[in-house]
Amino acid sequence: MIPLTYYLVLSAILFTMGALGVLIRRNALVIFMSVELMLNAANLAFVAFARQYNAFSGQLFVFFVMTVAAAEVAVGLALIVAIFRVKHNIDVDQMSSLKG
Amino acid sequence: MLLSETAISPLFSLAPLIVFLPVLGLLLNIIFGGRMGEKAIGWLASVASGLTFVVSSLLAYGLWAAHGETVVVPFADWITIGSLHIPWNFRVDTLSVTMMLAVSGVGTLIHIYAIGYMHEDVRFKNDPKRFRRFFVFLNLFIAMMMILVSGDSYLMLFVGWEGVGLCSFLLIGFWYDMDTLGRPSWANSNAAKKAFITNRIGDFGFLLAALTMFWAFGSVQFGEVFGKAEEIAAAQPAVIIAITLFMLIGVTGKSAQIPLYVWLPDAMAGPTPVSALIHAATMVTAGVYLVARSWPLYTLAPDAQYIVAMVGAVTALFAATIAVGQYDIKKVLAYSTISQLGFMVAAVGMGAFVAGMFHLVTHAFFKALLFLSAGSVILGLERGHHHLAHHKGHEEHEGKHEEVFDPGDMRNMGGLRKRMPVTFWLYIIGTLALAGIFPFAGFWSKDEILLDAAKLHPEIFIILTTAAFFTAFYMGRQIWMVFFGEPRHEAAAHAEESPKIITVPLMVLAGLSVLGGALNLPGVHTLGHWLEHTIELAEHELHLPAWLEISWGGLNPVVALVSTLLALLAIYISWLIYGRKPLTAGQKDPLKKPLGFIFTGMENKWFVDEGYWAVFVNRYVDIARFLADVVDWRFWHDWFHDKVIAGTYVWLSHIALNRYADQKGIDAFFNGLGDLTKRLSAFLRRLQNGFVRSYALAVMLGVIVIVGYLLMK
Repeated sequence: MIPLTYYLVLSAILFTMGALGVLIRRNALVIFMSVELMLNAANLAFVAFARQYNAFSGQLFVFFVMTVAAAEVAVGLALIVAIFRVKHNIDVDQMSSLKG
Repeated sequence: MLLSETAISPLFSLAPLIVFLPVLGLLLNIIFGGRMGEKAIGWLASVASGLTFVVSSLLAYGLWAAHGETVVVPFADWITIGSLHIPWNFRVDTLSVTMMLAVSGVGTLIHIYAIGYMHEDVRFKNDPKRFRRFFVFLNLFIAMMMILVSGDSYLMLFVGWEGVGLCSFLLIGFWYDMDTLGRPSWANSNAAKKAFITNRIGDFGFLLAALTMFWAFGSVQFGEVFGKAEEIAAAQPAVIIAITLFMLIGVTGKSAQIPLYVWLPDAMAGPTPVSALIHAATMVTAGVYLVARSWPLYTLAPDAQYIVAMVGAVTALFAATIAVGQYDIKKVLAYSTISQLGFMVAAVGMGAFVAGMFHLVTHAFFKALLFLSAGSVILGLERGHHHLAHHKGHEEHEGKHEEVFDPGDMRNMGGLRKRMPVTFWLYIIGTLALAGIFPFAGFWSKDEILLDAAKLHPEIFIILTTAAFFTAFYMGRQIWMVFFGEPRHEAAAHAEESPKIITVPLMVLAGLSVLGGALNLPGVHTLGHWLEHTIELAEHELHLPAWLEISWGGLNPVVALVSTLLALLAIYISWLIYGRKPLTAGQKDPLKKPLGFIFTGMENKWFVDEGYWAVFVNRYVDIARFLADVVDWRFWHDWFHDKVIAGTYVWLSHIALNRYADQKGIDAFFNGLGDLTKRLSAFLRRLQNGFVRSYALAVMLGVIVIVGYLLMK
């Protein structure tokens, strides 16, 4: 059986990649995917702990997170489409119209 | 003195009605009068007054059945402050009931007369609403007069005293904005003000008397004051003298005695029924009633008594001389009233309370008769004048008729005997009663006063007899001028007799003027025995000359004969001057030439009004002007308020508050606050760089910090 540490390390790597993606990339779509990566890193940690402690609440949370992620995708993609229609690109650095 | 409950006749519980019936009448007139006709308003008021007379009669009967024992009917608590307790009680005794009967009886007749009189008054054609107001005031007057006579304390008496003063003011100034012919004028309201202000001076004296009494006796209830009077008089005789003299000031105001009589002649500006009711028959006798009511105090202060008697006697003579020189029919009667009030005040001042009250009652009858007949004469002339104005047609300018005609001026009259026979005979009866001719009412009452004066103070007897001589003279002069000779004005030639509603009440009064003497005939002394229950007359030890010792049941033939002969002589002289050769139009008074400046004095009221103006009124106006202009306006307003207060305030606000506190303190603080915010925001806005990723980094760093903190904790 693979020890818990492995899963957690993988989860941390995935999370870090996601966070770095959010911070570094300028393409909104990529940022979006990075966010998904972070969420899934958290999911991995959840299921790993759930398995370790034989508790189903961790798995239950994963379902919640997936549901929320799905909803977030729906809203986020709709926003990106709307922004693209106006600006003809999705570079987040260009999106500073509200800056004072 | 209060009888036990069981002994009080149930009749006495009616006592409060004497006040509340007229009040009910006036309330009904106020509420419903607007929808009732003139007649209904007048009759409602008359019935209210008539029922008051009925109740007064019932009270008199009850009192007679109870052998004149004083009854105090408790009605309500009025003032209760600590130990001070003043209830509103109705005092029913022979004295108050006598007043009640006179007031409500004469009052009712005058109410009825007023229905006719006020209807005839030319001025009502424009303003029928005043009809209701007139009767509301009349009823209010009856109510107030009843409070005055039925009150059981000096304070309650004072309420009525002020109340009748108010009604007098309201009624003198009834036509406050026009004169007798309806032209705009403020003369009437000025007369009302004069009456009110002069009365206020007298009322001040009354108030001083009441307060001194409260200070000395600790009470103003009649019972308690009179009970303690002797005790206090023994300890502090000055207090009694002070109270009685202060009271005399009140009496001179209300009963028009020297020096405060000046308002009464001017009060004739009121409608004639008012002159008859208030300024001849009832209200002005309140002062006489007050002295009679306060007999236990006055009998303890002989000096004050003498002063009162002297004031009355001098007034009687002084006013009688002025009456000789007057031309206005009502002014003659006004001065006659002052003179007759002088007789009454002299009588009650001498301690002849019964004689004073007797004269009060008979005078109410014949003076009301005279005034109302004078009103009838004036109306007759107005009708004649109206008739003329109609007949002369409309080709002449409307204003021309109304230029000079005064329906009250006796020089415009003459020959009215034929035009107004009923009024003429009524006037003759009133005149004979006033002049004191046997056997009319005035003879008996005046004779009683003269007899008492002769016994007690011969000098007052001489003054009063002289006054009585003048009385007969000016009344004779009036009769000859008004009713005999030829008409001196076309209006008099066309005068018409008054309707029944006016003459019938006069006939009743004429009957009373003839028979009023029966109230207190010598030998019977009905009124004397009746009042004895309330007033105990002091027995004087007198050494009289033989001719004064003669007594035919209380009538002294010498005094009676002297006064009657003098009266007849005066009437004869007046016939010689005015009757034998009647005045012609435009002719001067025949007395003017032989008497010279004396007559000018009489004609001009001895210039007393002018003197008062010069000495008091103008000085008062000067002081008022000084206070208003210099003290109030220039000192207080211009200097103190504008310069000192406003100036200091402006300086303070401008320099201290505006420049320092506001600009340098408050403004600086808040401007600094604004600057700080601006600088802080200039710094903080750099954070808002518009790059989403840097925000994300900030969020992450924040999360790391918070999580790190939670882990390290």
